[in-house]
Amino acid sequence: MNSLDPTALRRIKWRCRRGMLELDMMLQSFFEQRFENLDCQQQQMFTRLLDYPDQSLLEWLSGAPIDADKDVRDIVEQLRHFSSAGA
Amino acid sequence: MKLPHRRFDCLVIGAGGGGLRAALQLAQADLHVAVVTKVFPTRSHTVAAQGGMNAALGNVTPDNWHWHMYDTVKGSDYLGDQDAIEYMCRAASRQVIELEHYGVPFTRLEDGHIYQRAFGGQSQNFGGDQASRTCAAADRTGHAILHALYQQNIRAKTHFFDEYFAVDLIRNEEGAALGAVVIEIETGEVMVIEAKTTLLATGGAGRIFRTSTNAMINTGDGMAMALRAGIPLEDMEFVQFHPTGIAGKGMLISEGVRGEGGYLVNGDGERFMERYAPHAKDLASRDVVSRAIAIEVREGRGCGENKDHVLLKVDHLGPDVIKKRLPAIREMAIRFGGVDPIESPIPVYPTAHYTMGGIPTNRYGQVVAPVGHGAEEEVVGLYAAGECACVSVHGANRLGGNSLLDIVVFGRAAGNHIIAYLKENRYHRPLANESVDMAVARLSKWERRGDGESVSAMLAELQLTMEEYCGVFRSQEVLDEGVSKVLALGERLDEARLSDHSKVFNTAFMEALELENLIDVATATVVSAAARTESRGAHSRLDYPDRNDAEWMRHSLYCKTDHQLDYKPVRTKPLTVDTFPPKKRVY
Repeated sequence: MNSLDPTALRRIKWRCRRGMLELDMMLQSFFEQRFENLDCQQQQMFTRLLDYPDQSLLEWLSGAPIDADKDVRDIVEQLRHFSSAGA
Repeated sequence: MKLPHRRFDCLVIGAGGGGLRAALQLAQADLHVAVVTKVFPTRSHTVAAQGGMNAALGNVTPDNWHWHMYDTVKGSDYLGDQDAIEYMCRAASRQVIELEHYGVPFTRLEDGHIYQRAFGGQSQNFGGDQASRTCAAADRTGHAILHALYQQNIRAKTHFFDEYFAVDLIRNEEGAALGAVVIEIETGEVMVIEAKTTLLATGGAGRIFRTSTNAMINTGDGMAMALRAGIPLEDMEFVQFHPTGIAGKGMLISEGVRGEGGYLVNGDGERFMERYAPHAKDLASRDVVSRAIAIEVREGRGCGENKDHVLLKVDHLGPDVIKKRLPAIREMAIRFGGVDPIESPIPVYPTAHYTMGGIPTNRYGQVVAPVGHGAEEEVVGLYAAGECACVSVHGANRLGGNSLLDIVVFGRAAGNHIIAYLKENRYHRPLANESVDMAVARLSKWERRGDGESVSAMLAELQLTMEEYCGVFRSQEVLDEGVSKVLALGERLDEARLSDHSKVFNTAFMEALELENLIDVATATVVSAAARTESRGAHSRLDYPDRNDAEWMRHSLYCKTDHQLDYKPVRTKPLTVDTFPPKKRVY
């Protein structure tokens, strides 16, 4: 269950709006379908991931090596896995 | 109700490349500049421009700004204004070097000069050999420009209002722009930003279509603000489409796939491009392929449950070729199309990419509108730059590499004009309270409660209607039907209701405001398209297949009042060189 209040959730949802359509689709659908089921720490990591530049996110999610710490790498892996399932 | 007020010398709405370039010019001149942006500046759509920026540096092939000008005029199908095009092409080289000084890491040649790549539509010597004119920072040029400009703005102390949504312009009775009414998304608080000058730099409106390469933020906010303030939109019928976007999603599948041997099939399994272009087949030009796909779908030969797309087949190339030569495309098809091209064909449909039309401006970035007998009277204190503006350097069709150039050149030009204007106009004009009240009244309409239509359902209906009735398949019958459908949707806006009326971070409210903007811009687009009875550039009519210079070498101006159209001549006189007279556009 998520521990975030509705305002925090809406803030995160708005920040899934990006400069690139590919990111809009991946981040928004992940947020809508998976975010609530993440544990607290993973939710924080997703929120932190949104602070990275669009270009880095696009490259990471397209399979490029992730030059960030392990926690970020983990959440990117989840996103990759989620969207290759055809989301 | 007393609203909070802030005052600045200059207000810039939108923080993509155009807005940030203008803001930088202003902040460096020690002006007090505010930038309002609904998302963080570095998440603007400029970040998605990967191609590059044209400038006749001549580092790879001989080049000359005059050749670049010729290509741009020809590419525009002679609808571009030749004074603005000359200005842009002359300014290009200096702008590239200036950007480099701001920190954009342009890719280099071995001898240290800036590398330039070849791109479609670029020639040497007025239509001769291919030119290499496009400067790029690897495949992340837009990202590099946006980040460099943002950093420079921070250094120059530009004031950013991040995650603020601009609602409406404030104009006084004489028509002067006095700033804007905005909402802080975080708190839902409405605020007035008064400014001696206001620049709109809100980007394009690709989201009026279901299938578009544009990010979700590209909802034509500035264009709709201009319309509501009584300013017309110019040449809105011209929308650039790419033939192969992932169906229903919009991401681009590049021409490279067909170059490698991929081909298109319809619902009967027929390789239909053979009928439309017996020689070039699947490698015919973009407009030909786009139109062919739309006709197949329109005539009932589409694929899938709704027969609303065609298929791009690549599996015959074999897994090795696909993995080796098309890895990024395969990745995208799996992720967004839900198919692995090694096993199944990719569902595709033409995807809306760029809005050539927009808010009419002159080459100084001043918004111009018809007043009395003058077709191009300046609106005092109001400027526009970038994709939301129509200056018009792209005319009926934009050349690759010219949009990053456009935003930088005209963002800077608008900044310079504002600096000069403010030397003569040092004081704020009295605030027009009626104009503020109108914006607030529009917002308060969304406080209605009870049952009503949902915003997201209306948005989906609008996007599908525009795709079906104002996409690449255009005829009088189809467009007229489109006009009545979009107008009917606009009338239903009063019936729309929000289910959430909270103040704090109410994203559903923002989406409702975006829907209003999209409906205004879509109406401008379909009404302008229905009226233009010729084919020119990206506007291609099945019932009027030829360009008609005698009647139609003129700009459309759509006004929101009664959905009226007006026209103004193309500016065919360049600044210093001879006019390029219209010729048949063949490549």
